[in-house]
Parts: sequence; structure tokens; C-alpha cells
Amino acid sequence: MGSSTSLVPKSVTAAINAHGFGYFGCPHTFGQVGYRLKRTEQYIRVKPDNSSVVTDGVKHSMNPFCEIAVEEAVKLKEKKLIKEVVAVSCGPQQVQETIRTALAMGADRGIHVEVTGKDYETLGPLQVSKIMAALAKKEEAQLVILGKQAIDDDCNQTGQMTAALLDWPQGTFASELSLEGDKIKVVREIDGGLETIKINTPAVVTADLRLNTPRYATLPNIMKAKKKKIANVKPADLGVDITSRLEVLRVDEPPQRQAGMKVETVDDLVGKLKEAGMV
Amino acid sequence: MSNRPVPDMASDQAAVVGSFPPLQTYSEEENMMREAVKKYAQERIAPFVSKMDENSAMDEDVIKSLFEQGLMGIEIDPEYGGTGSTFFSSILVIEELAKVDPSVAVLCDIQNTLINTLFVKLGTPAQKEQYLSRLSTDMIGSFCLSEAEAGSDAFALKTRAEKHKDYYIINGSKMWISNAEHAGVFLVMANVDPSAGYRGITCFIVDQDTEGLEICKKENKLGLRASSTCPLNFDNVKVPEKNILGQIGHGYKYAIGMLNEGRIGIAAQMLGLAQGCFDNTIPYTRQRVQFGKRIFDFQGMQHQIAHVATQIEAARLLTYNAARLKEAGRPFIKEACMAKYFCAELATLTTSKCIEWMGGVGFTKDYPIEKYYRDCKIGTIYEGTTNVQLSTMAKFIDKEYDH
Repeated sequence: MGSSTSLVPKSVTAAINAHGFGYFGCPHTFGQVGYRLKRTEQYIRVKPDNSSVVTDGVKHSMNPFCEIAVEEAVKLKEKKLIKEVVAVSCGPQQVQETIRTALAMGADRGIHVEVTGKDYETLGPLQVSKIMAALAKKEEAQLVILGKQAIDDDCNQTGQMTAALLDWPQGTFASELSLEGDKIKVVREIDGGLETIKINTPAVVTADLRLNTPRYATLPNIMKAKKKKIANVKPADLGVDITSRLEVLRVDEPPQRQAGMKVETVDDLVGKLKEAGMV
Repeated sequence: MSNRPVPDMASDQAAVVGSFPPLQTYSEEENMMREAVKKYAQERIAPFVSKMDENSAMDEDVIKSLFEQGLMGIEIDPEYGGTGSTFFSSILVIEELAKVDPSVAVLCDIQNTLINTLFVKLGTPAQKEQYLSRLSTDMIGSFCLSEAEAGSDAFALKTRAEKHKDYYIINGSKMWISNAEHAGVFLVMANVDPSAGYRGITCFIVDQDTEGLEICKKENKLGLRASSTCPLNFDNVKVPEKNILGQIGHGYKYAIGMLNEGRIGIAAQMLGLAQGCFDNTIPYTRQRVQFGKRIFDFQGMQHQIAHVATQIEAARLLTYNAARLKEAGRPFIKEACMAKYFCAELATLTTSKCIEWMGGVGFTKDYPIEKYYRDCKIGTIYEGTTNVQLSTMAKFIDKEYDH
């Protein structure tokens, strides 16, 4: 909706990869949300057979970086810089809840890419990026915004892979985003500080922590979200093969942290380090 | 590399398979609302709780955010700026708010279950037009029934409304009026015809800036301190005839009717209070080590904790069931009384025990537990004392054996 500018990309649709469940809701992603959240007492346990983590009874919710991505897209729409926000999630039935949360935050419609059972267990960044690429083409999106990484697997790959598959420019770890005509200016958080780049559209952007503070879904917006549409699609419909090329051999908990010990002087410290063979 | 096991469906999110799902089954909308309020309460209310309690004053920003979140007009139609949701959603919202601050919960409860419901059920189109959109966006309402000499004996109220042509003159005073400090509109129960006894009680809409209405200094309370509770004076307050809500002389019916529903709201408040207090205590018992083990691991503690947890679960089921009964249009008054009575008593038990389990720190203001202990006591007193609830229940029980 280029109001004053013809500079605004046409038919702009921003597809948000709300990596909530899976890439938009991977339930086990959220499982691990448990121990990282400040208040909750939930700890993640590895299954006795070391095949994966326990997800029964573990609370799941939208990946925090995906929330930031949704918020950014909604803000762009409110500034009338983009026309429509589409929230996408891949996974079983439950991911619809995550899509609804995105709708309640202001997304216009949702797409649920159905992946269940064994397929879901092995769904990884490569498969999701193929799906996202296919959808981006189908929806003629001008901008794809994802969370930089999921907090369960910390892969940090989907955004980059999606851009590569589409042969689109990418602005990753975005802490600031602005549309300037038919280009996007992205300020990226990098190890050395901040890097500002300008990329052409269509493009892929991944959201970092400081990009914005996601809004709460107000109760009236939750009610409105009920009326918004969520389309159902299968990976096969998009011509995507989601077979995994990886096999997980085992999952282990990190070693229990041992108690430390206090020493009186620097000499004592050096002595102890020598004893432990560290110096 | 990531590995994604298929999640099992949590029992309270499973689609309804059989015909009789468990009580803790919620619609997607109810789940989303609860999650949204939980997050909001933790981030936007929790930081202010202790200050509001100490200063005995509700923070203006907190009030504003309650409106912004749509929590003050949960059942009001979107046509009037409300959320357009259900009674059960209100109950869930009140419970979640009470886990963080029972004072904020009671503000939300009174607005939704008493004020809004009265306008929605009894308002003329003009009255709804004038007030409902304000109530859902920026105006707080107060419900004025009790007086110094009329508490449980509410119908002994003495506030008088004298008819003159097309207006009434109200004289008298009210006591224990919640939200009074911030209210923009007051629903005042006054008697137009004392000779008719309680059948003269009529409900009047009185705007806050009406001449002669005096909101007196708020009470210095033991608990629920952030919620203002004030006496009101009416000195020749002129109220136009069009400000009568419902019918003349039917005020007593409305009061009883509304309080039946409000009862479930209070039950939800007490339930949330108990749960919030419990949730703040158990982590401590799992960390605190004495005699070489966690205090949680002592059998004496475990038995007490399990007992309280059972009571909380029972309270939750009573409350949710009363709410579902009401929504289904089935008789619910006895169950509502049971829920309010049980939840208030349960809140007292829980908070008392929680302080004991916390030991010395439970007794200090550095921890939130003592506030829950102070806040819970009003539960057995307001919106119908425990004794009133019990007597009401007894009347129903008596009738049940009437064949």
C-alpha cells in the first residue's frame, strides 16, 4: 500500500516464520523454553533412551524471536508500508494456537503447513526453508521475516537457507529495520558492534532481540483473531520433499555442575590449578 | 542437530473426544485469553504490587493498561468497544489477575460482573449508548448498596430518593464502596418509598461530578489496600428520572441477582489469591535445606502441602462448575454460594499455611506471602459473609427434600 511513495514494494506480503511451534511452533522448542524462562520451574529432561527430550506436559509457546518478527511485521503494516501480514507455521495441529497468537497480535491471515508424526520429529531448518521458499514464491511475498533462531535448537539457519534457496538478499540479526523505497535498510548486531546494510527487495530478514518489544495480544484482538483465516497446506502441495538427511544418534543432558571451592590466596589458586593439571 | 519428538496433547487442550470432558477443558479462545492475561499481569502489574499496597493506592498506569488490554469490558459487545467474550472468560481473567494482585482482580471483577452486567441487562438503548462504551474504554464504575447500618441486612438501607416532577433528590450515605476513588459512575441503591420496605429500593445512575455527591476519605485497610474503599455522602443530589436503571422498586431484585453472579467472581479472586500464594511458596520449600534435606521432603510438610493443594483443586472445580452452570442457563445459586464460601475459607487456610512453610521470611514484607495473608480475610466478609452464604445454601438444601 504505497501511500505517498511509489517506492514501497508492490503487493507486499510479509510472511512471518513464527518459529513458534517448530518453525512456527516446534513444541519441543517450547519445551526448552521451560528452563530458560525466568519464573518457571520447569526443567527439561532427556528421555531414558537418550533419543530426545521429554515433551509431555511441557508448556509450549511462540519462540521469542518469532514474536519479535511478528511484531515488526505488524508495525510495518500499521505504518502502511506493507499491505498484508501472513503468519506461517509448520507442524501438527497444535501449531494453530501459535498462528492464532500471531493473528491476535495483528497478522491478517495464517498458513498452517501440516507436518505430523515422524516427519515432524525430523523436521529441520533445511526442510523448513524449502517450505518457506516455496510459500514465499507462491504468495509473491516481498519480505520474509523470521526469528533469528529457535531457542530449543539454537540452529540459526532457517533464515539464511531460505534466502539462499530463493536467491534473495538477507539481513540477519536485525536490531533495526526500515523500508527505503524499494530497498530495506537493516542494522545488524554483529560481534564487533553494529553493521548497517541496504538490501534490495524481495528479501529475507531475521529478527534479533532488540528489534522491538512485542505487544500483548489484547483480549479484543484475541476475539478478532478468531474470525481470521488459517489455510491448511501440506509440504507435498508445495512440491517440497521433507525427508531428513540427518539422523540423531543420541541426546544427553549437560554434565551436572560440580560445586566449586574457595581459596584464600592467589598462590592457593595457582596451586589448585596445577593439581588439576590445568596449568 | 535438533530432534523433534511429537508432543503429546496435554489433557486440557485435547479436543473433546467423549461427550463429557473434564472441567478443566477450555476453548481455544479461553486458553489464549488466560495466557495473554498471565503474561500481562506478570509484566505490567507485578512490579507495582508492593508499592500499591504500601501506599494504599492503585497505580494510574495499571488502571489504564487494564482498559487497554480489554479487561474492563470482557462481556461488553464490540459495538460498544468491549471484548465480546463470555462470563467464563471473565472468571479466568479474574483468577489470573488475583494470582498477581487480588486488589487489581477485585477492580476488574466489580467492573465486569456487577457494573457492566447491570447496564447490559437493564440499560435502555440511551443508557447503554452513554455508558457502555465509556465503561469498556476508560471509566470505572462503583456499586453502592451497603451503608453503616445496612451490611448483611442490605435492605435496611436508609438512603432516600424523593420524587419531584421528572427528577429525584437523593439524601443519605453509603459505606464500604469499592473503586470509589477512581469511579466515573456510581450505581446507587436508594429507596423511593420507605413505606413499601425493600420494594421501594431503586437503582440510580449517578455521575461522579454530580453536585452534592461527596466521596470521603478512603479506609485504611488490613488488606486489598490498593483497592479504594470509601464512604459516600449524598447531600441533595439531583438525579434525572432517565437515570433510573431498570424499574422503580425493583432494585432489591437486581442487587440479589447481580450478587449471585458476582459471587462466582469473588470465588475466582480468592482461588487465584490462594494459587498465587501457593506458587510463590513451593519453590522456597524446594530450595530451603534444614537438617540436611529440603524442607519439602519432610513428611509433615508434604502432608500439609498435599492437603492444601487438594483444597485448591476442589475450590477450582467448584468455581469453574458454578460458572459453567450459569453460562448454560441452569440453576447455579447454591453452587455459586458454595464456591464463594469454599474459596474464601481456602484462601485463608492456604495463606496461613504458606507463611508457616516459609518460616521467618514468610513473616517479612520482603516476600509477597504476608500480603496474600492480609488480602484473603475480606473474602469471608464481602459480597455476602460466610454465614450468609451458608444460610442461603441451607435454604436450598431444605427445599431439595420437599417432596
